[in-house]
Amino acid sequence: MGKIGIIGVGQSAFVRGYPGSIRELAFEGFKEAVKDAQISANDIDASIVCSAPEYDKQRSPSGIFAEYLGLIPQPTFYLESLCSSSSMGLRMAYSLVKAGLHDVVAVIGFQKMSEISSAESQERMGRGADIQWESPFGTMMPAYYAMYARAHMEKYGTTPEDLALVRVKAATYGQINEKAVYRKPVTLEMFTDPESPMAGPVSSPLRVGDCCANADGSSCVIVANEEKAKAMSDKPVWILGLGAASNSVNLAGRDLFTGLRVAELAAQQAYKMAGIGPKDVDVAEVHDCFTIAEIMAYENLGFAAPGEGKELIKSKETYKEGSIPVNIDGGLLSKGHPIGATGGSQIRTVVLQLRGEAGEMQVKDPEIGLVHNIGGVGIYGNVTILGR
Amino acid sequence: MAKKKREIDDRFKRFGIVSFTATTKVNDFVSYLEQGKVMGTRCKKCDIMFFPPRADCYQCLGGDMEWFEVSGTGKLVTYSKLQYAPVGFEQDLPYCIALLDYGDYKVFGRIDKEIGDDEIKVGMDMKTEVRQLPEDRLIYVFTKA
Repeated sequence: MGKIGIIGVGQSAFVRGYPGSIRELAFEGFKEAVKDAQISANDIDASIVCSAPEYDKQRSPSGIFAEYLGLIPQPTFYLESLCSSSSMGLRMAYSLVKAGLHDVVAVIGFQKMSEISSAESQERMGRGADIQWESPFGTMMPAYYAMYARAHMEKYGTTPEDLALVRVKAATYGQINEKAVYRKPVTLEMFTDPESPMAGPVSSPLRVGDCCANADGSSCVIVANEEKAKAMSDKPVWILGLGAASNSVNLAGRDLFTGLRVAELAAQQAYKMAGIGPKDVDVAEVHDCFTIAEIMAYENLGFAAPGEGKELIKSKETYKEGSIPVNIDGGLLSKGHPIGATGGSQIRTVVLQLRGEAGEMQVKDPEIGLVHNIGGVGIYGNVTILGR
Repeated sequence: MAKKKREIDDRFKRFGIVSFTATTKVNDFVSYLEQGKVMGTRCKKCDIMFFPPRADCYQCLGGDMEWFEVSGTGKLVTYSKLQYAPVGFEQDLPYCIALLDYGDYKVFGRIDKEIGDDEIKVGMDMKTEVRQLPEDRLIYVFTKA
């Protein structure tokens, strides 16, 4: 069986309060990907729409998008795994193409988080966990990652300053990513300056600066079988490895609080399928929804031993010039995190890096790239390995 | 003839500050809270202890469960103090959510507000205790052992 290639990638700018409807938002990422692939909508045999439905007013957006993007009468369907929806979409596209059902499939991720009011959003936040057994205590997403941060600090001596360094790096690259929602510089001093919004407590030990922002955005990744990819594209990027796992929603059902088991498992699967190890990765995008998440990702992906993730950021090894550049597009912390669009945006960044088209963000001559995309607080984990 | 009203066992809606679930096969959990007991379930066939309690065993697919009481002490695995809250919890701020490890099972919940920040240490022994809330609601909290 042949390889499966990515022939087109696109994303909208990630913004606060997108001034258009969801179909128009989806069109932005789709248009960029179709132009990138130098094809037309007619060349796409099926589409997978990825998002977290609690932000949608439109019931079943797939049909609306197929109509607006010119993808009728090809099959389309909706796929959800929270924040990792579009990486899971890529996995599904891979299997559809690999099975020979379709030759070319578009994975369309989107989220218009501003579609609902702030009050509605607050209400949904309370249901972001196990609603039967956890939500009655008043839980929120940052509090769960904060519990991981606390456990990591206790066991390994990771400090709030180590966490802040992750945000400082993210801001370094967010400033040069024109698609990012947060493009201002961030310094370490801001985290200890009571006047700075970055220092504001959210859920101990996490501060405002440790958290990514909501945003509206869309992304699109177009995949094709080997024959079509070679015929349609002079620069296909190949899917070398895919890994995916799930874990207990309720923390009571887990056994590790200093890392995410789903990331470990997905990474092991993806490395095995690609026939490579962590040292072979030249550039990576990891799911830094919170600063602690990036440090845990270093460890769960094998870039650092458990507990030593902080050393990678302190030594700047994950900067552009370092041994393993991570999130050289600013990550979720700078780009913003439009849930369903995030995975596709991460994949886009790595594809551009592998093609040598990342502009000011370009890492030196990468051959293998990795995407780590997590749904919920380690409920779902996807790791994708791409190569030239 | 008047229609007979269908009886709904919705005891579970009394659990927590805000409940998002009204009906469950483990509604007895709430009745036990009323008696001051926090209970989990154990599959009699597989001898697996479940907390939170379950009506169904994923291993044997059976439902022959017995209740056990969460007793003794658990170790504080981790916690976080929230400064922002979802709708319905704002009046409670700030509060700490936490996880206790009892060995055979873990319990997710809140740390008693009576405990000062400087007294909370990861690894400390804590107990799980029932608390009555206004409007006939029930919850459990973690207290010093």
